Amino acid sequence: MRRRWLGVYAVAYLLFLYAPILLLPLFAFNASTIIAFPLQGFTTEWFVDLTTVSALHDAVKNSLLIALVTAVLSTVLGICAARAGARYSFPAKSPIMGFIMVPLVLPEIIVGVSLLVLLIQILGVSLSSLTVILGHVLICTPFSVSILNTSFQSLDPALEEAAVDLGETPWSSFRLIVLPLVTPGLISSFLIAFTISFDEFIIAFFLSGVEPTLPVYIWGQLRFPQQLPVIMALGTILVGFSILLLTVAEIFRRRGLARAGALDQGGFL
Amino acid sequence: MTDRLISLRSVEKYYESYHALRGISLDIRSGEFFSLLGPSGCGKTTLLRAIAGFETLSSGELLIDGTDMVGVPANRRPTNMVFQSYAIFPHLSVAENVGFGLRRTSQTQAERMRAVCAALEMVGLEGFGGRAAHAISGGQRQRVALARALILEPKVLLLDEPLSALDKKMREQMQAELRRLQRQVGITFILVTHDQEEALIMSDRIAIMFDGEIAQVDPPATLYHRPASRRVAEFVGMMNFLPAEIKAQDDQGATVDVAGLGQVKLSDDQIIGNGPGAEIGVRPETMSLLSGEAPPDGSRVMSGKVDDRAYYGDMSFYQVAIEGTDQTLTVSMKNVMGGELLNPGAPASVAWDPRALLLFRA
Repeated sequence: MRRRWLGVYAVAYLLFLYAPILLLPLFAFNASTIIAFPLQGFTTEWFVDLTTVSALHDAVKNSLLIALVTAVLSTVLGICAARAGARYSFPAKSPIMGFIMVPLVLPEIIVGVSLLVLLIQILGVSLSSLTVILGHVLICTPFSVSILNTSFQSLDPALEEAAVDLGETPWSSFRLIVLPLVTPGLISSFLIAFTISFDEFIIAFFLSGVEPTLPVYIWGQLRFPQQLPVIMALGTILVGFSILLLTVAEIFRRRGLARAGALDQGGFL
Repeated sequence: MTDRLISLRSVEKYYESYHALRGISLDIRSGEFFSLLGPSGCGKTTLLRAIAGFETLSSGELLIDGTDMVGVPANRRPTNMVFQSYAIFPHLSVAENVGFGLRRTSQTQAERMRAVCAALEMVGLEGFGGRAAHAISGGQRQRVALARALILEPKVLLLDEPLSALDKKMREQMQAELRRLQRQVGITFILVTHDQEEALIMSDRIAIMFDGEIAQVDPPATLYHRPASRRVAEFVGMMNFLPAEIKAQDDQGATVDVAGLGQVKLSDDQIIGNGPGAEIGVRPETMSLLSGEAPPDGSRVMSGKVDDRAYYGDMSFYQVAIEGTDQTLTVSMKNVMGGELLNPGAPASVAWDPRALLLFRA
């Protein structure tokens, strides 16, 4: 009896999590401009429409560029922090490492507002994709650090010493030994930062100015009810894309652990 | 320079306020198997890492083959190391691991291949070159680490507790093999270990370290039979200590009164140190439990009672309470086929030889 209820609970739980997302493809292929049951028939018209809107294309380009730069920057910053945390001891190390992780739990709206005040009122910088990148690096770096921490901490420090002992310089042993061993972590960090930046709305909404990102563009389109099915089609593509990226990220994270012979201690997926 | 391949002079190492190495002066000869032995935290690993170039000395001199090594980074020292964790590169094959150090040499690809094959053969891993490094056993990893370090033909091979991760059988096998390998290649080996038995078995000479200082440097037999202090005697092998009172001492020797043993005359070479205190040390195997037979020539006998017995297969260790005192002695006996073991509570007479006693004055 008890087991059966647990089964029902599990199903209800999953429905609660995924039913809203499952509606996306349903209406994306529905031949009606009104989002309502019953479904009216199958169409790919909304996907075709996507290809004709140039404002949408600009938004996608902006988002891709921002996500790419953000992913590179936060991964590089993540490498530095994770390496420092794993290999060196310095004064106030644990508070510093802790504060690096804090943006993980800061409300994005607060981050967005404070950055807006800082950039406009204090620094006098005009809003653009650059300012969005700044905000996104701020929220993505903690994710990168936490992924890369696992990679760097599972490395035996003697590996690098062994390479130096065998004649390599500190830099070449980092390149020959450390980098190959943390590469899966780097890829995983890159993909997760990319996904977060690509989907992020609040900070982009505050900081994008006249160069809207994809989520900001979608938000703008919601004012036009007849555009809703197109948004559904776009949403379907985005969900698929995000799932793909996260899956690839997780595959690389696991491969990295296996390669370093470490135990899997969780991760984001 | 053959008798001074490595010279350390007044070497000091501080970690902030912690004094890890205190005035170490030491000469290590070319071609010898040298061990640094001591309890954990005694500075032996720090000393080894300083020779390798992974620790910078706070002060003092380090010469390898006559060249000052202060300021020379690890990658330009004529030393190679076998790490405690072996530090096998997990993303490379066995052959790539072994050949890693050849990357910077001017050899051709074919020469490198030959060197790798020769090194693998030397450690008994022929045919393993193509294996992935994470797919081999602990004992094999150890051999790969050895081959990788020896392929560069260093002047000194440094071994940081290389056998501690292996099980007992494998460890004994590797001890013999390391010894054989060292004789074969003729390279100076410096081994760090906390296992006194391992150091005694493998070394030509041993340096015993306590609290960042060297307590004694000697061949194993000297270390065992003529320890420089009570602490060394206690660390290497097993020793009983009994309080003693000096009755007379001159440059020929001393007469002491020992609790349970009575008056004993000792020659000068049985006396260690020249402090005010006096203690008699006696190793368990120099005494024997008599079961009715006459004591060996020159021995004296005391009586007591068996307190406890530990059975080791080839040996038994008896705790014997000495009659008329509160002292207990450990006596070891070889177990012979069909021989009787004494049980706790049984009366025992212990034969002991005054020539086997040491007098520690501290």
